[in-house]
Amino acid sequence: MSTVDKTNLMPTKGAIRIEDVVKIYDPEGTAVMAVDHCSIDIPAGEICMIVGPSGCGKTTLLNTIAGFHGLTSGHIYLDDEILCGPGKEKAEPGSDRIVVFQNGALFPWKTNLENIAFGPMMEGKLSKGEIYQKARKMMVDAGLEGTEDAYPGEVSSGLRRRVEIVRALMNEPKVLLFDEPYRALDSLTKSVMHEALLEIYYKNKVTIFFITHDLEEAIFLGHRLIIMSSRPCKPKKIVEVDIPHPRDYSVLTSPRFREIMNEAKSVVNEEARKAFEAGEKEG
Amino acid sequence: MNINKLKSNFSMRAAFRGLIAIIIFIAIWEFGARSLDLIGYRVPFIGLIPPPTAVLDSWAGLVVDPSYWQSWYMSFMRVFTGFLVAMVVGIPLGLYMAVNRTFYGIAFPSFEILRPIPPLAWVPASIIFWPTQEMSIAFVTFLGAFYTIVINVLGGAKSINRQYLQAAQSMGASQADIFRRIILPATLPSIVVGSAVGMGITWEVVVAAEMISGGGSGGAGGGLGFFIWSSYVGGSYEQIIVGMISIGIAGYISSELLRKLGGRFTPWLKTR
Ligand SMILES: Nc1ncnc2c1ncn2[C@@H]1O[C@H](COP(=O)(O)OP(=O)(O)OP(=O)(O)O)[C@@H](O)[C@H]1O
Ligand SMILES: [Mg+2]
Repeated sequence: MSTVDKTNLMPTKGAIRIEDVVKIYDPEGTAVMAVDHCSIDIPAGEICMIVGPSGCGKTTLLNTIAGFHGLTSGHIYLDDEILCGPGKEKAEPGSDRIVVFQNGALFPWKTNLENIAFGPMMEGKLSKGEIYQKARKMMVDAGLEGTEDAYPGEVSSGLRRRVEIVRALMNEPKVLLFDEPYRALDSLTKSVMHEALLEIYYKNKVTIFFITHDLEEAIFLGHRLIIMSSRPCKPKKIVEVDIPHPRDYSVLTSPRFREIMNEAKSVVNEEARKAFEAGEKEG
Repeated sequence: MNINKLKSNFSMRAAFRGLIAIIIFIAIWEFGARSLDLIGYRVPFIGLIPPPTAVLDSWAGLVVDPSYWQSWYMSFMRVFTGFLVAMVVGIPLGLYMAVNRTFYGIAFPSFEILRPIPPLAWVPASIIFWPTQEMSIAFVTFLGAFYTIVINVLGGAKSINRQYLQAAQSMGASQADIFRRIILPATLPSIVVGSAVGMGITWEVVVAAEMISGGGSGGAGGGLGFFIWSSYVGGSYEQIIVGMISIGIAGYISSELLRKLGGRFTPWLKTR
């Protein structure tokens, strides 16, 4: 008997289209332009890595997709359905787009299991028993067995990030929005998290919009890198990572990985320098 | 040897040290207070205080006296009434100020003007305003805890990590869910802290208010504060100290109860 290898099958739902998006903070006052006529097309099931200098506007872009704030002009579509655009400045936050935050946003007063069950409990489609059963199973699958009744503050930061991803997946989102989730982790934990994330991704294909500063992380995980310009942010260069999935850590030493790294590095460094110089002028 | 044994050894030793310190303190006090008889010279300050043995003696007489326990009961009742009302009024007020900007704009300035007025400054006004003496004491006691609780709840609810709210919203939580499942539990630690501080202030205030407002008819219903005051007026210095220690014990019992209760409401904090 043969099992179907699903690792390269893509889902049909979850394409994100960002069209000409502009975001200006405080337009009547200081008017900080964070995003400038930015267009990105992300096919369903792609891992799209967003790389760019500090303060360029990456989080701003993610927040407009999530619906945490509005945009100034432009459109964002999810599967040809408009999330926000003229006449609807702010997208409605919803369980089809779940954010995994930079500093983590697990509820400290709920146990890991209760955190993971939170989304479905709010949706109210399943009974409590069914939800907890599903949550337990997801935790076992993600190697979180035994931490169900611990509070997030009682487990390591690596495990916490994993709990948070499982919590996100429980909502069966079409898109996962990551805002530098592994920034605070040491490199050893990080590499474990990367492989765990890919493993989870191969089992539950969703579109991933992933912000990072770390080029190695970006190339290891992503189908594509979108390198952003310094503020206001817009795509400066798109790098295809033509290393086939599924990947493991051996690709880090492959010659192709080095080539892509060098290609990306020169662009990123140039933008980082611009951002730094702009910062010096302002300061 | 395992870690738990080490830990319990350690806390045993800490308790032992505490006990030794108390014994030494009492010994010095006893010696100082009897210094005139013992060495023919009155040690300054301590020499004027009744010795612990005399205090104990007086206390032994009091524990069988129902009016002494009546004082305990009166003070406890006032503290808990004032404190409970402060919680019942203060927590919703703080939360509502935190979530409703309009209400915050209306209520906060008045609140901030009233807050610096010490509760004891309210004593004369509340004696005039409230029909009974009991109510005026209860009111002043209430004020003692009220401001602290409101300020803590407000601060706690306002400083909630915004990402908790965003995460909950993304996962489909309604406004009511967000209030009940995010804002309330996220504010609980501040509520517990505010209550603990408020409880301390309540004891300070109740004792002072009882001293100022007198004992009422017969003096039996005056509480621990009045107990100290009437001991002073009656010249029984041993009883003053009995009263002081009683308040210390009463305050400790209240705080300990509150800590236990608070810990039960915020189980996720105990591992930090
Ligand atoms: N609410 C706001 N009001 C005004 N300006 C803001 C606001 N939020 C962000 N900004 C500004 O917009 C710019 C982009 O911020 P953003 O957080 O999106 O950058 P980022 O790329 O995510 O940075 P980082 O890599 O440091 O996370 C910054 O200059 C920031 O100061
Ligand atoms: Mg950011």
